[in-house]
Amino acid sequence: MELLLFLILFPALMGFVFLVFPNNKARDVMVALAALVIIAATVIFFLQNYGAGTVIYEIEPGAVSTAMMAIEVVLALGVLYLAAKYRQWIVGALVVVGTGVALYAETLFTGPEHLNNLFVDEFTLIMAMIIGVIGSLICIFATGYMRDYHGHHKEIADKRKGFFFLLFVFLSAMFGVVFSNNMFWLFFFWEITTLCSFLLIGYAWDEEAQKNAFWALLLNLLGGLGFGATFLYLAFIDPSGDLVMLDSLIAAGPAIAMIPAALIGFAGLAKAAQMPFSSWLLGAMIAPTPVSALLHSSTMVKAGVYVIVRFAPIYDASFVGFLIALVGGFTFLLASGIAISQSNAKRVLAWSTIANLGLIVTCAGIGNAAAVWAAILLIVFHAIAKSLLFLCTGTVEHRIGSRDIEDMGGLISILPKVTIMMIIGIAGMFLAPFGMLISKWAALRAFLDTPYGIVAVILIAFGSAVTLFFWTKWMGKLLQVAWKPEPKREGEVSAAELYSLTTLSAGVIAICLGFPLLSSIVVEPFLEGIYGIGASLGDQNIAIMLMMMVVVFILPLSLIFFRRNPKMIPHYVGGRTETGDMHFAGSMGMQRKVLLSNYYFEGIFGEAKLGKAGNILCTLFIVAIGIVLATGVIA
Amino acid sequence: MANITKSPWIIHYDGSSCNGCDIEVLACLTPLYDIERFGIINTGNPKHADIFLITGGINYQNVDIVKNTYEQMVDPKVVVAVGICATSGGVFRECYNIMGGVNEVIPVDVYVPGCAVRPEAIIDGVVQALGILEEKRAQLEKEQGGAKK
Amino acid sequence: MINPFIGAILFVILAPLLGGLVAGIDRKVTAHMQGRVGPPVLQPFYDILKLFEKESVVVRPEINFYIFCYLVFLVITGAIFYAGEDILLVIFALTLAHVFLVIAAFASSSPYAHVGAERELLMMMAVEPMLILAAAGMYMTTGSFFVSDIIDHQSMGGGLLVLSIPLLFIGIVYILTIKLRKSPFDISTSHHAHQELVKGLTTEFAGPTLGMYEIAHLYETVFLLGFVWLFFAGAPLLGIVVVAVVYFLEILIDNTNTRAKWQFALRSAWLVALVTGIINLGALVVL
Ligand code: SF4
Repeated sequence: MELLLFLILFPALMGFVFLVFPNNKARDVMVALAALVIIAATVIFFLQNYGAGTVIYEIEPGAVSTAMMAIEVVLALGVLYLAAKYRQWIVGALVVVGTGVALYAETLFTGPEHLNNLFVDEFTLIMAMIIGVIGSLICIFATGYMRDYHGHHKEIADKRKGFFFLLFVFLSAMFGVVFSNNMFWLFFFWEITTLCSFLLIGYAWDEEAQKNAFWALLLNLLGGLGFGATFLYLAFIDPSGDLVMLDSLIAAGPAIAMIPAALIGFAGLAKAAQMPFSSWLLGAMIAPTPVSALLHSSTMVKAGVYVIVRFAPIYDASFVGFLIALVGGFTFLLASGIAISQSNAKRVLAWSTIANLGLIVTCAGIGNAAAVWAAILLIVFHAIAKSLLFLCTGTVEHRIGSRDIEDMGGLISILPKVTIMMIIGIAGMFLAPFGMLISKWAALRAFLDTPYGIVAVILIAFGSAVTLFFWTKWMGKLLQVAWKPEPKREGEVSAAELYSLTTLSAGVIAICLGFPLLSSIVVEPFLEGIYGIGASLGDQNIAIMLMMMVVVFILPLSLIFFRRNPKMIPHYVGGRTETGDMHFAGSMGMQRKVLLSNYYFEGIFGEAKLGKAGNILCTLFIVAIGIVLATGVIA
Repeated sequence: MANITKSPWIIHYDGSSCNGCDIEVLACLTPLYDIERFGIINTGNPKHADIFLITGGINYQNVDIVKNTYEQMVDPKVVVAVGICATSGGVFRECYNIMGGVNEVIPVDVYVPGCAVRPEAIIDGVVQALGILEEKRAQLEKEQGGAKK
Repeated sequence: MINPFIGAILFVILAPLLGGLVAGIDRKVTAHMQGRVGPPVLQPFYDILKLFEKESVVVRPEINFYIFCYLVFLVITGAIFYAGEDILLVIFALTLAHVFLVIAAFASSSPYAHVGAERELLMMMAVEPMLILAAAGMYMTTGSFFVSDIIDHQSMGGGLLVLSIPLLFIGIVYILTIKLRKSPFDISTSHHAHQELVKGLTTEFAGPTLGMYEIAHLYETVFLLGFVWLFFAGAPLLGIVVVAVVYFLEILIDNTNTRAKWQFALRSAWLVALVTGIINLGALVVL
């Protein structure tokens, strides 16, 4: 109990400390220490609770709720001020409506006060681990990165105090989201993450940053209305306030919880940047890289899928669930396709994040035990591998001065360590026997057991083929070494960055090797608690998977053999002599550079084309959900 | 172990020829002569090839390319100069831009005379080259064995 | 059902021999179709042995490593398949192997190999949905992803797999042309005396490196033929006949078609996967 409150409060407290602490080495050390404390606390918390099942923590809501309400009002006024100043009228209106509805709804509940406001179960624990460990590592990374960032971007005002304040407050809010059983509390923390995201996207606060920040805010506030509507609906059907508690709402079953599940699912879709909301996450890529890693890949967007997965038992085998799965499935397919046409590494990562969130949403929408197993493991694998990739991209960007994949040719010879970690991250995203693929596999099996599952199967079959293309071409680019490689420049990477990267890479490998353990001690008990049955891949398959893993790690030893006095000749350029550093003798005695660049297929997978198709399709599905619910045809 | 003689892969380069010999080289691939009977394949890639078949002489434009192509080939390898142009420059010998036969720039193992060469002669030349190829392979094996010890 | 280990070990030992024979017969038949005599049936073995007699020369030493990984994972792919394990796992292992191949080509940083690598990736992308949908169809018919169960289901009176998923079988035959690198889809690299982009992604592989690549291809051929056979596993002998017919068909297609553009290859493969997948899987759900 104390530890849980500590996790919610401590980061915010540290945030306030950093708000006043001067920008110097000592602050960076403090950040690192605070992050390590959070990691330690999270791990201890995990170890204490993993076998305990669902534990409800009782908290007297009175004062806390009042404080939250007060903060909510203050924040709303703050945003309103900004919205007015920058003439963002829609944002202003959304703030007024969102906060107003929530506050009004709160007065509608007349029943006695409920004490079961916080809770912990296995799923929460996993989320807490992601937030606590990965989030903290990203904070450590940020200390080194932001120093470089301001070195490279002299024109941007140094607001690092506020930056670290926001990062830590954000961690608190995320803990709050996953620990809250009371949905009013959940909503409170939810809106704080939205605001943190808004301010962090706008960090540079130039014209583009403002525009993108407000756009992100707008879509997330729009999604947040889902919560407001839920509160009104719940107040209408049961003013006692029992159903405001997440556990009782889910326990109430589809007959009662379907409409709230759909409304909160709507909020989740917006937060998880599913089509048609995906544009905000793309815009968010202008934020400094640690922000992208923390908010826009590993944690905040995960809050979106978190609530959707929470409601998976309600969606199970329902038509609404199927429609949500379609939103996720088409987002997965189309966003993966768009990723092919992108050469900016951060945009590739952004689209692939959207795609993977889509896959998680698909699993949750299908909602049976096996699908939820896949969804939870996807959340874990994706959080760790994607944050690693973002951080690597950030590091590389500061070293080579570009985040374009085309400029990363032969990176393995310039920044060998960082590149190998990047490759670990990429492999973790799509290759057997690593992480994500395990979940994709499980998802395929889960879908086949459900009535409409084949639609999802077809979407995944095509989507994963597309994924394969853009990851492999990126990986190939990194490994494309000229005959005479460029010199190493690894020494320039800061210690804090290297520390985070190494830990995360070790984490990717550990989680790939250790996922059966994770599955058996946490995920399966969670599923048994809900569905009465566990789910897994089967021991035989896991054994083969692990065997392949071992082979993958042994094979590099063969390099010792292959590297032994090899005879090397330059590559073939149609018989022209060439110099080995990618130049060849062109016509008229000119030296020409060999330029190799990847395929992007703008015509087939262009962002404008596929994005538009996806937005229209997914909007239709969401509208269909509304129609289905409105006509009361709850399948 | 003499598989190399059963599977000689060819790269054909057209130097400063009149195209007469090239046509004859291609004729070897046709059903009538079918050099694939001997496992011969026209690879078009020096890195895969064992036999470098050159038609036509060497001029100042192609000299680098002939040298480069030869260097790109993996040992053991042999060079067959096909046609009188390739062996000595032939009718173009006195031209301002001609350096002479292939042996001006790279070592040639087999000379196949004729203007134009008959396909039978080309096949005969290649078969003779196989013997040299095998010798070179044995030599290479000995060298590598020596290097290992 | 035979012991899984025996299946796997037999594959590891026999596949190159069998694959070599198939390739040899392929070349012989091709030659006869073109009115030629053609090379000896054992020619593929001579070729591979020769490649190992050549000196080892590389553009980058890592390339040997990638190709070695390609070979190892193709062997693992086939071994898992012939051991009767999960067919999805087989497909994923196959993908992993090919990723190594593509990376080897990328790492050669030669223009020809580079374009070859991109095209090979495209072809992988074209093929993958069909494979997964076929696996899905097998699961929906037999209730298991395990190759051994799929065989048992058929031989225990479940009827031939091809009868319940005929369209998916046709789809698999379609992409087989891509996988076997036959015309009109030999666009990333080519076989025999065909040339495309010099030699496409294999351009920079010389001597033993190319030898490893060729061996891997033999393993892949045998694995793919096994995949085709699986559709007729209930009647093993008929299955073998069908495999022979399908392979003959591939040779015929190879010899009667000119090389297509990658756009056509990708679009048609996806279209085939989509149409056969939707109709056949849909029918399985409805019936
Ligand atoms: S030898 Fe005669 S046929 Fe051959 S290239 Fe020279 S001129 Fe032409």
